[in-house]
Amino acid sequence: MSPIRRLLSYRGIPIWRDVRVLQAAGQLVSVMFVVSVLVFFVANLMSAADERGLSLGFDFLDQEAGFPIGESVIDYHPADSFLYAFGVGIANTLKAALLGVIFATLLGVAVGLARLSSNWLVRNLAGVYVQTIRNVPLLVQLFFWYFAVFQALPLVREAVRLPGPVYLSNRGLFMVWPRMTSTFDTWLGFLAVGLVVAVGLRFVLMRRERRSGRPSHAVVVPWLAFAAIGAIGWIAAGESPLGRSVPTLGEFNFEGGARITPEFGALLVGLVLYTATFIAEIVRAGIQSVSRGQSEAALALGLSSFQTTRLVVFPQALRVIVPPLISQYLNLTKNSSLAVAIAYPELFTVGRTMINQAGRAVPIFLLIMAAYLAMSLTWAAVGNLYNRRVQMVEH
Amino acid sequence: MRQMKLRYPLLLVLATMVIAVLAACNGDDDATAGSRLDTVKERGNLIIAGRTDLAGFGFLDASGKNVGFDIDLGRAVAAAIFGDPNAIEVRPISASERGPTIQGGEVDVLTRNVTWTSTRDAQWGNYTTIMFYDGQGFMVRADSGFDSAFDLDGTTACVTSGTTTELNLADFFRQNGLSLETVVFEDTASVYGAYESGRCDIATSDKSQLAAIRSGFANPGDHKILPETISKEPLTPVVPHGDDQWFDLVKTVMWVLINAEEMGVTQANVDSMVSSDNIAIRRMLGAEGEFGQADLGLDADFAVDVIKAVGNYGEIYDRYMGPNGMSFELPRQSNELWLNGGLIYAPPLK
Repeated sequence: MSPIRRLLSYRGIPIWRDVRVLQAAGQLVSVMFVVSVLVFFVANLMSAADERGLSLGFDFLDQEAGFPIGESVIDYHPADSFLYAFGVGIANTLKAALLGVIFATLLGVAVGLARLSSNWLVRNLAGVYVQTIRNVPLLVQLFFWYFAVFQALPLVREAVRLPGPVYLSNRGLFMVWPRMTSTFDTWLGFLAVGLVVAVGLRFVLMRRERRSGRPSHAVVVPWLAFAAIGAIGWIAAGESPLGRSVPTLGEFNFEGGARITPEFGALLVGLVLYTATFIAEIVRAGIQSVSRGQSEAALALGLSSFQTTRLVVFPQALRVIVPPLISQYLNLTKNSSLAVAIAYPELFTVGRTMINQAGRAVPIFLLIMAAYLAMSLTWAAVGNLYNRRVQMVEH
Repeated sequence: MRQMKLRYPLLLVLATMVIAVLAACNGDDDATAGSRLDTVKERGNLIIAGRTDLAGFGFLDASGKNVGFDIDLGRAVAAAIFGDPNAIEVRPISASERGPTIQGGEVDVLTRNVTWTSTRDAQWGNYTTIMFYDGQGFMVRADSGFDSAFDLDGTTACVTSGTTTELNLADFFRQNGLSLETVVFEDTASVYGAYESGRCDIATSDKSQLAAIRSGFANPGDHKILPETISKEPLTPVVPHGDDQWFDLVKTVMWVLINAEEMGVTQANVDSMVSSDNIAIRRMLGAEGEFGQADLGLDADFAVDVIKAVGNYGEIYDRYMGPNGMSFELPRQSNELWLNGGLIYAPPLK
């Protein structure tokens, strides 16, 4: 029987009443709707670009950028290409994101624990901090930190000298920083040996602990060994392997030492304080999610309260903490784009300058979006990997 | 067996829908835009991209109205089309939004201190006629001890992002082997705020802008503008690419402003000048002959409306930057008429 004949002779449930047909048709309509919306916008973009003679290509990227960038992790010169300038933006974003994540995590965990403290003052101070900072928009806070705090610092000639020395002025924070001397490489060799010895010791001690059941100080002993070998290397190297680079006031600004510019400082402080409030709440929720019976049981078994937290409560709390923590890391990374308002040359700031100087809005926006997407997906991948480790392990 | 039977009606539905979608997509290809003049007339007002944050060029007056040299150029175009300079919408934008704004064609004219360069001309839009000759300079604190731009090695400069200024700055320091730290801000107010707070030793921009900003400081005498001019900054209104009639129209309105000053036609005397015995004046004001008004889609006497609304080029300049101007005094120098030794020159209206 031919398909047409079969179709015409079909006498089953009418198709408009068949659930499976209806479901399939529903999905088909949705897909078609989404696809046609996309097609419409892409076609619209192409025809508008064509009409106005806009170039959608990426070949401009190897042309000379020509514009200056205030600060960069990697060396940059206006004669470098647009692509390299974009890379400088990515590097600056990564610097803000990595430092931001580290400090926000430290502060967030501390505040989260403080929220659960039995000390009234500590508990309430942490509560006030979380509730105020979390509820003011980040952009407003960044403006505050940059214009009202960092720019209001004294002029560079009247810089405040803190012990260190650390100099604080509206050109930024200048501090003493280690400087490698000629013997640094020798010392680095000793450190490498120390690391190998420490890892080996830890492995041996852990095995002994597991076999004998007696504590073998598997944390302290390797660290001590590492420090001892490092110290021997320091002395053996002769001249001290690390010197001090001290900032000194030059003609217009400090030279030497390490520097945190007001732009980067304001961004980092803003991002860390803001994100840490969310992390604190996540940590608090995670710890509270572990039932009281767990810690009571641990205490009854004779574990100290520190051991209870470290060995019983925290491992279980981590399962609740890690997934939302990762999304806070994503948020912090994406929020760094608000630096466009306070002159820190991160990815989005550099991208916007490129749009105007190269005159190619569409390709550059695509690049910016792709760069943020790549960063976020990397965070998510790393986070998921860690999450898999802390989840329940079946023995 | 049942499954076999079902598959065919489903395919039928699918095929019908694909055809329907394809047909729908095919339809929206032939929507062509009319001329920009028609669009503007239909809309009932002119949309320009300007600014509200620079004394002299685009700022808010005491009553909160957006005025300035650049804004008046836009008002002249509105007066030419509608006979009413107030048939205008000014959209304030930042420096780095200028390119995308005019490229996208969402405004009819961009008149916001735009420097004419070959790259921008190729990419952004059509540059009409240079209306202000400017050049980049440096502002420093009077007590800083700097007397020349060549003293600035090792200093810090504040600058606006997406401008020719930041490019010239990099070029100048590179060319002369000087080192410089730059802090690049998105908006003009932040640039000068940071300069005032001492974050930067130098603020750099077009000299007219520096003069404007300096006049607004609490104590203008504490700041000075160094003598060097490190670039050419021909400030020019821009129209979107792709509409020759609109390009010509805006150019002609600009030429009317310059020719009117040349011929001594002012806001005050324009009505009586219609019956002047000078043929060129009568032609410009539409009383005799014609100079292309019909082809541009404008009324024969549009120049009368323009001059009545905003005055001639010199009157616009003096309103904001003349001896008794609203903003600050800036000698005309290059912006004098060619007759007086300046660079302001327009083709004849014939």
